[in-house]
Amino acid sequence: MLIRKPRSNEIRPSEITPRHVFENRRQFMTGVGMVGLGAIAGGSLGGLLAPETASAATTLATIKNDKYTLAGLGEAAPTDKVVASTYNNFYEFGTGKGDPADNSKDFQPLPWTVTVDGAVENPGTYDFDDLINPHQLEERVYRFRCVEAWSMVVPWVGISLGEVIRRLGPTSNAKYVAFETLYDPERMPGQNRSPIPWPYVEGLRMDEAMHDLSLLTVGMYGEVLPNQNGAPIRLIVPWKYGFKSIKSIVRISFVEDQPPCTWNIANAREYGFYSNVNPEVDHPRWSQAKERIVGTGIFAERRKTEMLNGYADQVGSLYDGMDMSKYY
Amino acid sequence: MTQKSVSGAASRPGNFRRAASKVAVFIICLMPLAWVIWLAFTPGVGGSGLGPNPQEFLNRFLGDWALRFLLIALAVTPIRMLLRWNWVFRFRRMLGLYAFFYVSLHLTSYVVLDKQFFWDEIWSDIVKRTFITVGMASFVMLIPLAVTSTAGMVKRLGANRWRRLHQIVYLIAPLACLHFFMMRKGVQLEPMIYAGIATVLLMIRIWHRFRSRPGAG
Repeated sequence: MLIRKPRSNEIRPSEITPRHVFENRRQFMTGVGMVGLGAIAGGSLGGLLAPETASAATTLATIKNDKYTLAGLGEAAPTDKVVASTYNNFYEFGTGKGDPADNSKDFQPLPWTVTVDGAVENPGTYDFDDLINPHQLEERVYRFRCVEAWSMVVPWVGISLGEVIRRLGPTSNAKYVAFETLYDPERMPGQNRSPIPWPYVEGLRMDEAMHDLSLLTVGMYGEVLPNQNGAPIRLIVPWKYGFKSIKSIVRISFVEDQPPCTWNIANAREYGFYSNVNPEVDHPRWSQAKERIVGTGIFAERRKTEMLNGYADQVGSLYDGMDMSKYY
Repeated sequence: MTQKSVSGAASRPGNFRRAASKVAVFIICLMPLAWVIWLAFTPGVGGSGLGPNPQEFLNRFLGDWALRFLLIALAVTPIRMLLRWNWVFRFRRMLGLYAFFYVSLHLTSYVVLDKQFFWDEIWSDIVKRTFITVGMASFVMLIPLAVTSTAGMVKRLGANRWRRLHQIVYLIAPLACLHFFMMRKGVQLEPMIYAGIATVLLMIRIWHRFRSRPGAG
């Protein structure tokens, strides 16, 4: 465990322009392959911005991942950015859909550290920048399916979880990856009540975590992740129900046994470890066959939910021979 | 009923005040509906003031108010018992009917906007989802109470049978609270507040009964 305190006049990693941005600066300026004109690599060039600007939406320098696009989902437009950042679940800031946006306004995500422990070669406490900056930020448009039968189409910005895991070097004993959300009731007022046990914990099987679709996410809509959406760092696993995509991660542990998951602890009958999107396995209290795409209006028809949220051809083989209604 | 005939026909201003107060309460009870209609026609995030998931918003809003009116109607008798405000009694039927009105809208929004008339889905919901079974049961039990709410029906049934029939509400209210509690994910405070209020309102009746009839155990 190494925590180094930076000197006050020292250039922080967050202020250093990543090499790939510097080397591609012409491309960067013309905006080819980049999101936003005159984009600032948020988190990376955050120090150059006035504090007021930095706390507002900060544009990220990303490349678009051609494998995961809006067109690939057969959608004309993503969910309205305001909808995606004002209608969501994040019980750490309250149980209402608007609570996270309302109650996270004062939350200061940075500085942030992530503790890496367990069966891994490079354990330690990593600064947010040290964890993210070695990797290329990419934009991926995914369908996001909540277990409550609503969905969104969101352009996330993040880095491949698999690449991060490779860098951390899990040992052969690492069969699962466990994640933990910040527990700090003073900063996360929803934690003063207990609708679910705290801290929020989640987990993936190693092959799920290593899959190309798994995204360690730091932004959405080309900008730094809003507090209410799990700033500064969250997971996005698009073939699973939304609650698997744990927010505001402070710990990543490599473990041998299947780790506990918050909703499974809270209600094992309703929420299993896998929680793969599956239109054929009902939630005990509602059908999962259809979903409402939020923001489409009061008379909009519901969409038929696809097996593994439409990612069956990519992740289906992970579950070959597994009874999905037993391992829900 | 008796004080009606005492203060009754002779004093016109009293009649007028009673009628005016009923109209006022009638209009106040329509306010939640007016508010939600207003929201539907106001611009907002996701299209209107109803928000990004208007079906869910509307359904929960109407359900909340159905439960609130049910509890308000149930509060009339305890208020009379404890505070001796006999005048609240004249609003009891209206409040009960408003509970029925809002729960009907709640159900309608579920059938029309939520399920969009997919009757097979609705049927499997009722059969398979306990919280919907419970909610539907409390709605069905409210129907005879609404139907027999008129003065003519009280007369036809006779006061005793009418009262016994309307005691179903002591079952309906806990079921409605249970429906709300089961609908929420996790253990949440709000449904417990409603359940707590319902419990208090029913306990006051029990306590009052034992106090006023010490012999009857």
